[in-house]
Amino acid sequence: MLLREVEYAKPSTVAEALALLVADDGARALAGGQTLINVMKARAASPDVLVDLNGIEELKGIELAGDGTLSIGPMATYADIIGSAEAKARPILGEVCAQIADVQVRNRGTIGGNVCANDPTNHLPPLVAAIGAQFHIAGSDGVRVVPAEEFFLGVYLTAVGPGELLTKITIPAGKSDGFAAVTLGADGTCIANAAASINGSLRVALGCVDAVPVVLKPAATDDEAVRAAVRGAGLLPPADVHASSDYRTHLAEVLALRAVRTAVERAGG
Amino acid sequence: MANGAAAASSSRAITVTVNDTVYERDVEARKLLIHFIRDDLDLTGSHIGCDTGNCGACSVIVDGVLVKSCMLLAVQADGTAIETVEGLSESGELTPLQQAFSDHHALQCGYCTPGMLMSATALLRVNSDPSEEQIKKALQGNICRCTGYWNIFEAVKAAAGNGA
Repeated sequence: MLLREVEYAKPSTVAEALALLVADDGARALAGGQTLINVMKARAASPDVLVDLNGIEELKGIELAGDGTLSIGPMATYADIIGSAEAKARPILGEVCAQIADVQVRNRGTIGGNVCANDPTNHLPPLVAAIGAQFHIAGSDGVRVVPAEEFFLGVYLTAVGPGELLTKITIPAGKSDGFAAVTLGADGTCIANAAASINGSLRVALGCVDAVPVVLKPAATDDEAVRAAVRGAGLLPPADVHASSDYRTHLAEVLALRAVRTAVERAGG
Repeated sequence: MANGAAAASSSRAITVTVNDTVYERDVEARKLLIHFIRDDLDLTGSHIGCDTGNCGACSVIVDGVLVKSCMLLAVQADGTAIETVEGLSESGELTPLQQAFSDHHALQCGYCTPGMLMSATALLRVNSDPSEEQIKKALQGNICRCTGYWNIFEAVKAAAGNGA
């Protein structure tokens, strides 16, 4: 498919990238391109300038601090995270990245692109919401840090505004996490998913049932408490060719239970 | 934005090495890598199946990494070394993997085959003795509408046994 005419720039620093993004209202950051290039083919997105982030080394690293906090550069690919010794400090990250699409997509697609796209069928938004990730967003006024609850704003919409760039995702230490999804075929498009994390208290995030991940804090980790939390959330998921709204609501409850059971198991019962 | 690399432009001169041959071309920023390979370089072994990133017929190896070339711009490949299906048997002799595809009837119409070969090649480089599950995972991004996949799995297994 021939794309609409577009300009292309490949900055090598965050400062250069920000200057390019600020300079043109129609400029858009290009991360792994595994979503953006396709929506450009369909003309669903039609940027005037693509600012390719692949040349910015400072956006790629995965680091583990002494206190167990993981810092992940948004340009880390799913394959980078799956293969990273540091990222194994939070094993659920690699486990979920290994369930995204296929080898080729995992080789190019990035964690930053996944969360910034905030496609409701993506796996990473509910996961990072459940595990308490924080998002470092650079703009002309410097860097601000936004928690997951304030990062996802709507379908395809996040706290990263025009002229801004996600520069780092920090994730606290922890291993008691779970994730469950129902997809179209193995690792295919998501119908519903859920992530759970026990770090002091239990957090559950439901995906594919609303514009943004629905974060719940069940009173306890037993099945009844989790079911009650999901039922109390007043879910009204969209219906599509793959699932009715009622079926998605049902799946949300089932997947929340599965994710929580895994998290409980990993917390040592 | 002072220097050329960082400035935005609608086309640029790129240098790529494809199957050990160096090409220098001016390309429009909007051109997908698969179109550059097929139309500008006349290497038509890599196919365009779905053009939506699903089917894998356009799979090539860029700097050692398996990618779908319909989801990469040609300008993004500047400075890289690309391997396409044409590069597998430059001597004219089939690789053990290609021979195994032939022996095991792993293709019918052949449209998906270039992508299948590149994905299987990438797999066998990092895992010389893959399990059936690992082969399935490795070929997950490649769709075949003729063979039902089984003969392809058999071919990859056989090629692994032959030291492909």
